[in-house]
Amino acid sequence: MQNSEERTSPQTKSILRFMRLTLNALGVPLLAVLTAMLVGGVVIALAGGDPFRAYLGLFQGAFGSPKALSETAVWASPYIFAGLAVAFAFKGGLFNIGAEGQLAFGAVMAALIGYALPGWLHIDLPAFIHIPLAIGFGALAGALWAAIPGALKAYTGGHEVINTIMMNYIALNLTSFLLNGPMRDPNPLNVVARTPLIAESARIPPLFEGFRVHWGFVLALLVAGLVWWLLWKTTLGFEIRTVGANPDAAKYAGINVKRTIVLTMAISGLLAGLAGTIEVTALNHRHELGFSIGYGFDAIAIALLGKTHPLGVVLAALLFAAMRNGATRMQFLTQIPVDIISVIQALILLFVAADAIIRYIYRIRARDERVVLTRGWGG
Amino acid sequence: MTIVLEAKNITKQFPGVLANDQVDFDLRQGEIHAMLGENGAGKTTLMNIIYGLYKPDSGQVSVRGEPIEIHSPKDSIQAGIGMVHQHFMLIPVFSVAENIMLGDETVRYRWALGGKLDQKTVAKRVRELSHQYSLDVDPTALVGQLPVGIQQRVEIVKTLYRNAQILILDEPTAVLTPQEAEDLFRIMHELTEKGVSIIFITHKLKEVLAIADRITVMRAGKVVGTVKPKETNEHKLAAMMVGREVILQVEKKAAKPQEAALKVDGLKIRDFRGLEVVGDISFEIRGGEILGIAGVQGNGQTELIEALTGLRSVAGGKMLFAGKDVTGCSPRTLTETGMAHIPEDRQRHGLVLPYAVADNMVLNTYYLPPFGVRGILQPKAIDANARKLVQDFDVRTPSPYVPTSKLSGGNQQKVIVARELSRAVKLLIANQPTRGLDVGSIEYIHKEIVLMRDLGVAVLLVSAELDEITALSDRIAVMYRGQIVATVEAKKVTREQLGLWMAGGHPEGVPSRRCPEPVEGCCA
Amino acid sequence: MDWRRFGFIALIISVLFGVVVLIGHVQISPVIIITSMLSTTIAVATPLTLGALCGLYCERAGVVNIGIEGMMLAAAFFGWLASIYMNTVFGMAPMPSLIGGVAFAILTGGLLGLLHSVLSVTFKVDQIIGGTVINILAIGITGFLNRQLFFEKGSIFGGNVPHAPGVLPRIQIPYLADMPVVGRIFDQQPITWAAILLVLITHYVLFYTRWGLRTRAVGEHPRAADTVGINVIRMRYANVILGGMLAGLGGAYFTLESVPSFEPLMTNGRGFISLAAMIFGNWTPFGAWSAALVFGAAQALQINLQFFRELIPPQWAFLQISYVVGLAPYLLTMIILTGIIGKNIPPAADGQPYEK
Repeated sequence: MQNSEERTSPQTKSILRFMRLTLNALGVPLLAVLTAMLVGGVVIALAGGDPFRAYLGLFQGAFGSPKALSETAVWASPYIFAGLAVAFAFKGGLFNIGAEGQLAFGAVMAALIGYALPGWLHIDLPAFIHIPLAIGFGALAGALWAAIPGALKAYTGGHEVINTIMMNYIALNLTSFLLNGPMRDPNPLNVVARTPLIAESARIPPLFEGFRVHWGFVLALLVAGLVWWLLWKTTLGFEIRTVGANPDAAKYAGINVKRTIVLTMAISGLLAGLAGTIEVTALNHRHELGFSIGYGFDAIAIALLGKTHPLGVVLAALLFAAMRNGATRMQFLTQIPVDIISVIQALILLFVAADAIIRYIYRIRARDERVVLTRGWGG
Repeated sequence: MTIVLEAKNITKQFPGVLANDQVDFDLRQGEIHAMLGENGAGKTTLMNIIYGLYKPDSGQVSVRGEPIEIHSPKDSIQAGIGMVHQHFMLIPVFSVAENIMLGDETVRYRWALGGKLDQKTVAKRVRELSHQYSLDVDPTALVGQLPVGIQQRVEIVKTLYRNAQILILDEPTAVLTPQEAEDLFRIMHELTEKGVSIIFITHKLKEVLAIADRITVMRAGKVVGTVKPKETNEHKLAAMMVGREVILQVEKKAAKPQEAALKVDGLKIRDFRGLEVVGDISFEIRGGEILGIAGVQGNGQTELIEALTGLRSVAGGKMLFAGKDVTGCSPRTLTETGMAHIPEDRQRHGLVLPYAVADNMVLNTYYLPPFGVRGILQPKAIDANARKLVQDFDVRTPSPYVPTSKLSGGNQQKVIVARELSRAVKLLIANQPTRGLDVGSIEYIHKEIVLMRDLGVAVLLVSAELDEITALSDRIAVMYRGQIVATVEAKKVTREQLGLWMAGGHPEGVPSRRCPEPVEGCCA
Repeated sequence: MDWRRFGFIALIISVLFGVVVLIGHVQISPVIIITSMLSTTIAVATPLTLGALCGLYCERAGVVNIGIEGMMLAAAFFGWLASIYMNTVFGMAPMPSLIGGVAFAILTGGLLGLLHSVLSVTFKVDQIIGGTVINILAIGITGFLNRQLFFEKGSIFGGNVPHAPGVLPRIQIPYLADMPVVGRIFDQQPITWAAILLVLITHYVLFYTRWGLRTRAVGEHPRAADTVGINVIRMRYANVILGGMLAGLGGAYFTLESVPSFEPLMTNGRGFISLAAMIFGNWTPFGAWSAALVFGAAQALQINLQFFRELIPPQWAFLQISYVVGLAPYLLTMIILTGIIGKNIPPAADGQPYEK
């Protein structure tokens, strides 16, 4: 590469340099996606499919019609919340692998408030009270579920990575108990573990008549802005970022590190809880066992692809939503199972996390600052 | 005399720094050749090249006249070169024998998965070596439990175990008491008598003059010159090192102590295992004076400072600051009461390196007006503050929004000093404030500390450099094994006396943990 | 291993065993119950033991590996797939197919170990992120191939799952296995025996050989190892790959020893639990094994309770809900990580990439 550069003319050189700088600023995540799609294409070909038709189907399914766009937005809403949850924790130096459990717990709570509260109070609640209540309790449940590993991290040093995973399994077991037992849909025709439908008054309405895209998507975008404001414009955000960047220096500077850790996890869980809540109140109108599986890992990929920045998270969530949404049409066209999307997403994550690989392949110089995302067991 | 090691034309470029610029260096059989230079002058880089840890961009190393290619420490060990690094390359959880044999293991029963380690043979050889060079090292001891001085001997035995004939000692006295240093010098002489040649890296002028046969001075990656101790003196060496005349003494007027700013009474601190690391310490610091705490590292100074600044809980005793009982108060409360803290490890504890200089300058005041109003950050106030402090404290930075990691060590320390001293301060706690800095920054920080004293601030100075303590302090307290074994007027004490106390010698010659009554020159 | 940990482990195991004895003693003699529990405990602890040994090699060399879960899952799938291919496509006998499957599982684990070392040692990716990548990759690929190969029309197996060649046969220890009642304990399957043997070997390798000394040195103070001429990068690569192979063997347990089938996500958090076992064992082989036995006992309790479902007295009825007992391993993991039962001290350079 260097040799060839020496032989080229000065103009070509400066153009090359300009391209390299542009790539540097925006390129790595984009190239990671591109490379992952390429490798994914090879996998599709190896599995006996036609990658071009597959990707065409994917694109059509995601953006081909107003309905496709609406569905992409529907997929994106929980992704934005869950991605923000993981990204927020990263900013505070914590790795929240437990978005899945927090999401499930939030969804269960939102469903409970949604279908049972009017009965308990013996009144019909108006929507402007019932919806915020369902959302609020769902978010709080998520916050609580994440605050437990947060507190364990802060006060005992138990590592949040393993603890949030354990909380995922506990959440799965508990929701499976609840949905098969006390909260099971009593309808005699029901054979699956799910809650009854929530009351009309707890349902978030769609944005446009005839499409499924709902106000939850707008809420997700608003919350992304709010997260940005909280992190960079408030003293609390300063504390969270400081603890994330250097907990020792934060302690020396008088910041209550333990409290900040618990708070960071709680807010992260709150965002994940919102993801589950929105799915229940705006889309499914009930919680069904197993719907949360996979969201936790997708959220990590989204957060990393978005470079843990709220705007990046929104874009990454839209991309992932488009892929998930388009996959159905892809499967219809090429018989390639939708599961290929998981492979491509894993590859995207691989190339984003190991951006050194992407830099190596495309010869991009590294930026000076390495962002520390997590620490070993000791921290 | 034969030349055993020669480095010619060594050049090494690091991103942004030319660490070695066409350096020539040679070492003769059986001599102690001192390598003198400021921090960052390129001494350690050169040695790491000779030892095979770095690859030079150009240049040639020869051993006994033979040019050799050194790609890794393996090659240099093969050539008979041994190095004792400034930060010991020992594994605390390993035994002495395991540390010494690592990389050059003796095994038995080769058929059993590569063989079983032969601890006995190694231990025997270690005993022989330590006897031969009067080093007194027990091969079965756990390294982590040995005192620093002994750990250093383990490092020396480690090189001898590999038949080193050329020994590189990188800042070996930095962690030793004056007495331990004397001991080391004795060992060095013993080694040279038996034919070992030694390169002795240091920045301490007195030591160089006392022990070296020849002195090579480096500055900014270049060799300034090589001299004999007889032909030079401290002032000349300092001028060679820094490139200009250096005032070795800190200029200061007599102290005008006021009433006590901090009173510590019977302070006790336990570590996480429940062992007492600081036992029953009492002292006071008055406004307008500098109290220096002398002592070898690891005698409870770090724990004491952490307790005083609210970072560590105390097991007993009382702290009065500005007339208030502040025992158990949080760091934030203490900061608000008027305590300033320059921490020991500036990169880990004092700064958030990826943050902009401006953010680091409000790291502990971000929530107070004008920087934070009702929980919202005020970028304008933070910006104005940063621009003022960069000007006032002469922080060399292209802009206040550069990541602090980009600054030199001296300028990073200035960011901390600026942050801490720009507030209304009653007490300044400075822990190793000049460690690893260049002379210019050291002078600047010393001047700031004396200035604070003259403004009536009480200053607690902790330093492992005895010269720094004696140069700055008005009173000196010596810590040994978690106790203050002596507190004296700085003018009335000699280096030798301080060194004796630092090594555990009691003022009256009686080693006891506590004085029965407060006596002048004892627990004040 | 300090006595507090050992006591805690003994206590938990006795309590778990005690519960079953208490419920079942009316019908079955306690000796038989305990024997059965012990036998099951040792068997179900196998993947945990192997996973913990994987973690041990990696972390003793200074590389944190939370990708054990993914390594086991992928190995379970590919080992199983290989055995089916050998058996049905190439027409090999069941036994060689199974052994070939185990070999493929180990190979899969080793390859993922290689991937982890490339990421964390060469490219210095955050090691926890690197492990997560492996987990997600394993879930994605096994899910995709499982669907593509077995459930899609037109695929090799034509849309239906072919017959697997069964599971690995039991191996009896001569004489010991012939003893009445307790003989059952000495009648286990090969991967279980291998796991126990590997615990012993790992202990010897780690603390008595040159390899072990260098591995520990690289994990404690890589720079010190470098200065005496040890190739830190190579040691880390070798240990992580070796660890991956052990995790691969642990993965083979699921599809070639326990049941002759594969399900997506079937490792069910075992990789993470084995990490907890390793931490609780304070990074020692015997410690990790005994901690794995605790988790094994919890699982054995869940299995054995099903036999006594009708015998459970009403006041214990809540135990019938397998969800409650099912929570035990996860809660136990969280308790252990708090460090209230002895402080856990990892290797000093654990999780830090080595920069020259």
